[in-house]
Amino acid sequence: MTQLSGGADLSGRPPIIPNDGPDLRAGAAPGARRGRSRRNREERRAGLLLIAPTLAIILIAVVVPIVWAIALAFQKVRLINIRETGLFGSYTFENFIEVLTSPGFLQALWTTIVYSVFGTGLAIGIGLIAALALRKPFRGRGIIRASLLLPYVAPVVAATFVWSTLLNPQYGLVNWFGQTVLGWSEPVAFLSQRWLPVSLFGLEIQVPIALVTVICFEAWRSFPFAFLFLTARLQAVPESLDEAARIDGATPSQRFAHILWPQLVPTIAVLTVLRFIWTFNNFDDIYLLTGGGAGTQVVAVRVFDYMTARGDIGAAAAQALVLAAILAILVTVYLRLFGRQEEQA
Amino acid sequence: MTATGLDKTALSRPERRGFNRDRFENRLFRVLKPIVIVLLMIVALFPFYYMALLSFRSLDSLLQNPGALWISLDEFNLSTYVDVLTPVSEGGQGFIIFMRNSLLVALSTVLLTLLVTIPGAYAVSRLQFFGRRQVSGLFLAVYFFPAILLAVPLFVFFTQVGLRGSLVALIIVYVSQVAAVSIYTLRNYFATVPVSLEEAAAIDGCGRLQTMWKISLPLAMPAVVSNGLFIFMIAWNEFLFALLFLVEKRDSWTVSLGLSQLSGSIEVPTTVLMAGSVIITLPIIVLFFASERLLVGGLTAGAEKG
Repeated sequence: MTQLSGGADLSGRPPIIPNDGPDLRAGAAPGARRGRSRRNREERRAGLLLIAPTLAIILIAVVVPIVWAIALAFQKVRLINIRETGLFGSYTFENFIEVLTSPGFLQALWTTIVYSVFGTGLAIGIGLIAALALRKPFRGRGIIRASLLLPYVAPVVAATFVWSTLLNPQYGLVNWFGQTVLGWSEPVAFLSQRWLPVSLFGLEIQVPIALVTVICFEAWRSFPFAFLFLTARLQAVPESLDEAARIDGATPSQRFAHILWPQLVPTIAVLTVLRFIWTFNNFDDIYLLTGGGAGTQVVAVRVFDYMTARGDIGAAAAQALVLAAILAILVTVYLRLFGRQEEQA
Repeated sequence: MTATGLDKTALSRPERRGFNRDRFENRLFRVLKPIVIVLLMIVALFPFYYMALLSFRSLDSLLQNPGALWISLDEFNLSTYVDVLTPVSEGGQGFIIFMRNSLLVALSTVLLTLLVTIPGAYAVSRLQFFGRRQVSGLFLAVYFFPAILLAVPLFVFFTQVGLRGSLVALIIVYVSQVAAVSIYTLRNYFATVPVSLEEAAAIDGCGRLQTMWKISLPLAMPAVVSNGLFIFMIAWNEFLFALLFLVEKRDSWTVSLGLSQLSGSIEVPTTVLMAGSVIITLPIIVLFFASERLLVGGLTAGAEKG
């Protein structure tokens, strides 16, 4: 890092007079050099001064709490004795042993991974389809594009409330439609039922319906984000490439596979990382839809439950820490793998 | 790089009789495209239509006829809005107070964040100072950090000092949450302002702050405005920290928290809460469409490599 920051100096304003090296104009050089370094010092001071307020806020409200969270994770802290705990308690690994050996945590971790993988995949898939469908200009495209972004900008509380009303077993529109049009024999409790038996070609399959529903919600809510990025990338693909392939007789699917897809891969890779991180950390959506019930308890919701309902601060901090660590590992592994692929290509 | 991989049969193709893949695909996609677009529109917009629809109905009419997709004039009912906005003391749900709180929190967050991050972003993009790289890296890491991990110590701290229920504490947490992304987007924009302009100002005798204030800031105004709108939306929509810090004090609930808390109780009719949903969603939709062009640029600017 320090080496890089030396390099960054060069990428800035090129110094008019070199700081070192033999200078032939002996008379002019010392004064100019002194002026330059005074300017540098002034610039450094101004830079630190301007960044200081932001840095202070981030240190107070982010860095210190993180350090504190780490300290809490190694202490037996409960909500009841919260006022007596400080940084100098007795440290122990008990929380981590308790957390890592409890089946509930491992289950929640697995649910988090399934939720993130499918949520991310679906969101990017739908976003890609939307971006491709709206690629060519037509009347009203602008307003359609803008309105496709609504699920992403709308308040999450309102969105989850409408979804749970739509899916309500008593008066929800989906169940009404299923029962009167599709002929379901009874309403489906999409958000509070763990397994739904579905018969397919005579086979009875158990569908984890609540989990599938929250994944669908995640896809609905975040596909606009993928759509936005992919649209921007598609616009940057030179028209001539597509044109040339068309003249050579490439069909639309071939043009997509050989012209557009290679151009989109880097964007999709970035989107995958971003969406995966956000879905992995997501608390709001699942907490508001199911409260973590019916097999949808992800780690973030479990941390919240431990903290507020059980009042077990130490265990909550330990689980949140494990969540952050696993996320960091997954992202690192992904970047390594992907980085290598790029080199090979 | 890609043309070599093309299907050979497609390339060397004199007009063949019978099945023509190109014509088939063109026709297929011509049919599929409008269908896909209409489907996407329905999926994206129908929940909002349903929200607005239910907000004008009474609970009785919803229970009697859950499948109705439009509303007849005699069903049309504005009492839900009156009920949801009226203060609790007068028998309503008190959304007007939640809206005041949310507006206060969101506007303060925007102003405070911009006040702090505009100089910060300028410094990161323009000035060489010790640790510049590290500072940028720190901000980026903060952006991707699990909020729930931060929630634990903040919850402990605010409980210890008895600050739970305080909107000021919430604002500080919000500023720290959005400062990183704000600096990141603004930095990229400042970087596009030509250095020569600033040098010209410096030669004309402007000091550093004067240059920033009179030259760089006006040029970066579109980014600043879109950034402000973006922060407003984040603060208005935020749920987790509002839940953690404000839940015991109904007078300081924000709209998001208010809606989620009331939807958990059975006493408040669904259609009244739908009116509440419309009330909290409408400002965001209006803001979004009013500033869509600016905002879309702002949303992507943060993630593109600068």
